[in-house]
Amino acid sequence: MIPLHGRAAWIGYGVLALTILFILGPTAWIAIQSIKYQIAIFTGAWVFEPTLDNYSDVLFSLRSDLVHNLVNSLIVAAASTVVVLVVGTLGAYAIQRWHRRRLFARILLGWVLVFHMIPVITLVGPWYVLFQTLGLYNTLAALILTHVTINVPMTMWIMLTFFNEVPAELHEAATIDGCGDFTTFRRIILPLVGPGLVSAGILSFVFSWNEFAIALNLTARDTATVPVAIARFAQQFEIQHAQMAASSMIAIVPALILMAVGQRFVVRGLTIGAVK
Amino acid sequence: MSIRTTDAARGEGAAPRAASDLVNATFRHWSLWPCLGFLLALSVYPVVQLVPMALSTIEFAGGQAVWRFTPRRNLDLLLADEVLRDAIVNTLVFVGLSVAIEMVLGFFAALFIACLPRGRVFARTIMILPILLPAVAIGSMWKLMYNYDFGLFNQIAGALGIEPGNWLGDTRWALLAVVVVDVWHWTPFVFLILFASIEALPQDVLEAARVDGASAWQMIRLIILPLLGPALAVAAIFRAIGAFKAFDQVYLLTSGGPGTATELVSLHLNRVFFEQNQLGYGAMLSLTIIAVIAATIGVARWAAPGGDRAVAAKAAP
Repeated sequence: MIPLHGRAAWIGYGVLALTILFILGPTAWIAIQSIKYQIAIFTGAWVFEPTLDNYSDVLFSLRSDLVHNLVNSLIVAAASTVVVLVVGTLGAYAIQRWHRRRLFARILLGWVLVFHMIPVITLVGPWYVLFQTLGLYNTLAALILTHVTINVPMTMWIMLTFFNEVPAELHEAATIDGCGDFTTFRRIILPLVGPGLVSAGILSFVFSWNEFAIALNLTARDTATVPVAIARFAQQFEIQHAQMAASSMIAIVPALILMAVGQRFVVRGLTIGAVK
Repeated sequence: MSIRTTDAARGEGAAPRAASDLVNATFRHWSLWPCLGFLLALSVYPVVQLVPMALSTIEFAGGQAVWRFTPRRNLDLLLADEVLRDAIVNTLVFVGLSVAIEMVLGFFAALFIACLPRGRVFARTIMILPILLPAVAIGSMWKLMYNYDFGLFNQIAGALGIEPGNWLGDTRWALLAVVVVDVWHWTPFVFLILFASIEALPQDVLEAARVDGASAWQMIRLIILPLLGPALAVAAIFRAIGAFKAFDQVYLLTSGGPGTATELVSLHLNRVFFEQNQLGYGAMLSLTIIAVIAATIGVARWAAPGGDRAVAAKAAP
């Protein structure tokens, strides 16, 4: 793009400053609330005595299960990410390499597209019935399976794009050198699509960690994840503002870490296909 | 040396040769099974399962689901559902407003920031924050800011001498208030797509226009916007899909209230399924939503052949 000069540049920097204020303002606001005593929150004080009481309350008091919820969230996000990477990568590779022109591959990709547009809540009802029948209702396994299902489409699209960029000659060279199909995939192709795996992995982890609609309806007290716990603080007879702020701050830690260390992969994963 | 490489090439060196040969020979088939399995068992099967559910009345007696075949009942409920009508109107307003605002803000932010000599990477890093945050945390954030007694907005209103507003509790403001939250959450996504596209614009065309004396406005209107066409379409379609699916923040902020002022289709469905425990009617509602989406995709494919690939190539939640 053509760089702005003079007065136009100042307007540009003004837009940048406003944008950053717009994004960081609400985040800073809730961070501030989370270190206020309840009374300071209610008076809307700007000058206050900072405290970590809200954090110790949500983490260590008997009224709160947040540590347990964090463990649940971590298990579900990690397990579903591993499974989705295996499932999505294998599926994308098989389609890209062998089945691209087959009717069922097209149907599969079409289904992936439709599935992506359906509000997930339409499927939570039948999932509920299904898991009740299988005896998996209110288990972390059920949550992991559903999170894999919602993240498979995204993973497949990201990996398809990366597999498309691998030159076909590499397959031929590997075959001539005596590699079987799986060996070629495992030793030659997989190392080349590492960045795609990182992008898909980060996004799957974050989306599973953040997921709320399924967890709300398929978990009970002992299997609840962090978003469900936050919603409880926000929905009880009396909203517990301080606890809600502190638990929200804890819940955004993975996002902050991944924003800091993985922004290149996040941007790539989010904009893949949209930008040529 | 050559022996070691063939060993490595064969896969796990320790595995018996026959097993690894079998793995290799059948790889092109079994590599598809896991994803087919997930899609069939957990997304196709549930949708199929919706059909018998939609034709039944399902009640729970003593922990057991009791199905009764009542083919007309749920259809009648659907046609008589007045909350659904409100929900559809609210969803259309919500989707239309938030996508429009996000597109305009995202475009101008991307345009200005892409033209800055410095600070572009920093801006992009900050912008991915809302996308990565849990929607529930975003909901609590804004719930605190909208609070009548101590929220940021009413503090600002108080300082300016404006009458404080009950942003989430007043039917005039509530829907707009949840639109603002969606704008905060997803404008960065529009920004990311448009920012990358603007950076990839052909420099020579822009340079030629500038040499020919085009004004800034002429450059935006006659060169940048037409060149960005596909990216704008992708961003708008993705945001429309996303806004249509919105659930988490609205659930946390208003749960559809006050009255039905912010009741969206997704919230209504959740209420029917899990608060009123009407699994049969919920299934009917779900099928209707899926049918409408499938029809929309069909029309879109017919109107713009090949466009769905561009959209499909990009998947956010």
